[in-house]
Amino acid sequence: MAAGPAEGLDGGVGLELLRTMWRIRAFEERVGELTRANEVHGLVHLSVGQEAVAAGVCGLLRADDVAYSNHRAHGHAIAKGAPLRTVMAELMGRVAGLCGGLGGSMHLVDREHGFLGATGVVGGNVPLALGSALAGRLAGGDQLAVVFFGDGAVQGGIFVESVNLAALWRVPLLLVCENNGFTEFTPRSAHTVVERVSDVVAPYDFARETVDGNDVAAVREACARFVAGARAGEGPFLLECLTHRLRGHYEGDPQRYRQALAADEWQQLDPILRLQRTGTGEGWLDHDSQARLETQAREEVEDAVRYARESPFPEPATLGKLVYA
Amino acid sequence: MTESTYLEAVRTTLAEAMRADARVLVLGEDVAEGGPWGATAGLADEFGEERVRNTPISEAAICGVAIGAAQSGWRPVVEVMFVDFVTLALDQLVNQAAKAHFMSGGQLEVPLVLRTQGGAGQRGGAQHSQSLEAWLTHVPGLKVVMPSTAADAAGLLVSAIADPNPVVYVENKTLYFRREQLDDHRQPIPIGRARTARAGRDVTVVALSRLVSESLTAADELAEEGIEVEVIDPRTLVPLDLEAIAESVARTHRLVVAHEAVVQGGFGAEIAAQVQAAAFDELDAPIERVGAPFTPVPFSPPLEDAYLPSREHVVAAVRAVLGE
Repeated sequence: MAAGPAEGLDGGVGLELLRTMWRIRAFEERVGELTRANEVHGLVHLSVGQEAVAAGVCGLLRADDVAYSNHRAHGHAIAKGAPLRTVMAELMGRVAGLCGGLGGSMHLVDREHGFLGATGVVGGNVPLALGSALAGRLAGGDQLAVVFFGDGAVQGGIFVESVNLAALWRVPLLLVCENNGFTEFTPRSAHTVVERVSDVVAPYDFARETVDGNDVAAVREACARFVAGARAGEGPFLLECLTHRLRGHYEGDPQRYRQALAADEWQQLDPILRLQRTGTGEGWLDHDSQARLETQAREEVEDAVRYARESPFPEPATLGKLVYA
Repeated sequence: MTESTYLEAVRTTLAEAMRADARVLVLGEDVAEGGPWGATAGLADEFGEERVRNTPISEAAICGVAIGAAQSGWRPVVEVMFVDFVTLALDQLVNQAAKAHFMSGGQLEVPLVLRTQGGAGQRGGAQHSQSLEAWLTHVPGLKVVMPSTAADAAGLLVSAIADPNPVVYVENKTLYFRREQLDDHRQPIPIGRARTARAGRDVTVVALSRLVSESLTAADELAEEGIEVEVIDPRTLVPLDLEAIAESVARTHRLVVAHEAVVQGGFGAEIAAQVQAAAFDELDAPIERVGAPFTPVPFSPPLEDAYLPSREHVVAAVRAVLGE
């Protein structure tokens, strides 16, 4: 399914999407190294291979739209506008981190850019996104809320409660499922007989679609229709993006539960390589600009690492602060 | 002065808060219909069903919606019909609401009030009668208040709605229809300030919720024998006004802690521990705790009556700390 950009995806947009995906890819590959070097701490879940979803969805959002995410959140935060420097500093537990080193990889928040937060509890913030969507509608604006979650979140009760309420109240909420086929260490088939997440919400009478989540143009095209609908007062919507998690559930996961993809198979699937092939074929990407995008992303990541390393760790004396507002 | 029940105080305060601030929302099961006791009666008529929002029986999602709305600038007041059902929303309360401000490095605020009610005495059985407040006091980031009078119900609710943090506001169903005189010009009651319900020199009784009035009755009875009991209602469990309690103990040198929750792991244990750390040298006797036995709340009326901590348990505990 090496589809080219859908209608309306011009070269400018293509380059911007490619830039976002390279920034996420370069960032997370470096985070993987820094995790093994014990410079990035704790439980680290990388989205390498899934960048098209973050880029395709967040590229259509405004700063006043709100996004929530799950434990695999780096890409979503970055695509929503969080600076690489402060995200990296947060993962390294430094004062200059987005959350002052109090949150960590699974709890990124960047209020300024409308990223109201990741959660380490699977499915736990789906109703929060619903609450933010409701808040936006009550305030009379046309902003919307997006929540990213994996296919593993769908089997939890809170998902069904939230979907029911979102459908009942018709809130401008976009539910984005990254279906990578694995719930932690076991395949979807071990958890449910319902293969497609979009089928789970079928009885609730709202628009839903399953797309090739490694095709950023397909993600963007479907998402654009839903975003337009939400701005016009409709909702909710569910976008299921079929994707592939190239790395383990967490960094260090021995992945005994699955066979690694063959390199040539991944070449076909990789959302970045696919967009680059498309761009080359359509003439909006040449070799130099392609190389430049990757290089710039990796340089920006190195700058972020330097920035984070220069920031101190929080002082033990700050323990007990910020418990209450 | 105006006569009011506890429940009317809750209702009128909610209405005043909604009038004063268009960001205040009420959400919960049947709230637009007034709820099972009428705590939200009439609100939907005045403020509409957008702001007084009925929900399905989905405690977790209701709390989550309220957290999201709060993070986005609104001031939701969620009703969870029985504190027993807070269990269904614990992820939302404990992992989401309580930690949002902290984990975001102070970027987020969750000005959420979760109103609920607990307590036995109405033959509700083991799943509609519990006192679970101690669990919530164990979670940094949550505030927990337990009003025992109509005046406190009103004054604490005003402060809870104004507070930028998630506040769990625990009512007691057996207090709902008690009448008292309310000052027409009441002030908000600051969260974290205890009230001396009765002054006395011999024994300090720190009592929560329904046990405040039980302790006052016990104090009347003991006064006839010349024993003067001081009754302190902390009103707020988190933050706790330890200073007021320790100051009282420094005068009486004897402490009883009384609540309806089971003694084991109850908030009385925390009060006792904090007092002995702050004022060990002031204590002339071991601290006594009054609370329920370690059993689910029984249904059968004589058994439930035997289960309920009440006036006579407080009297016995006061006698014990006096060495009688």
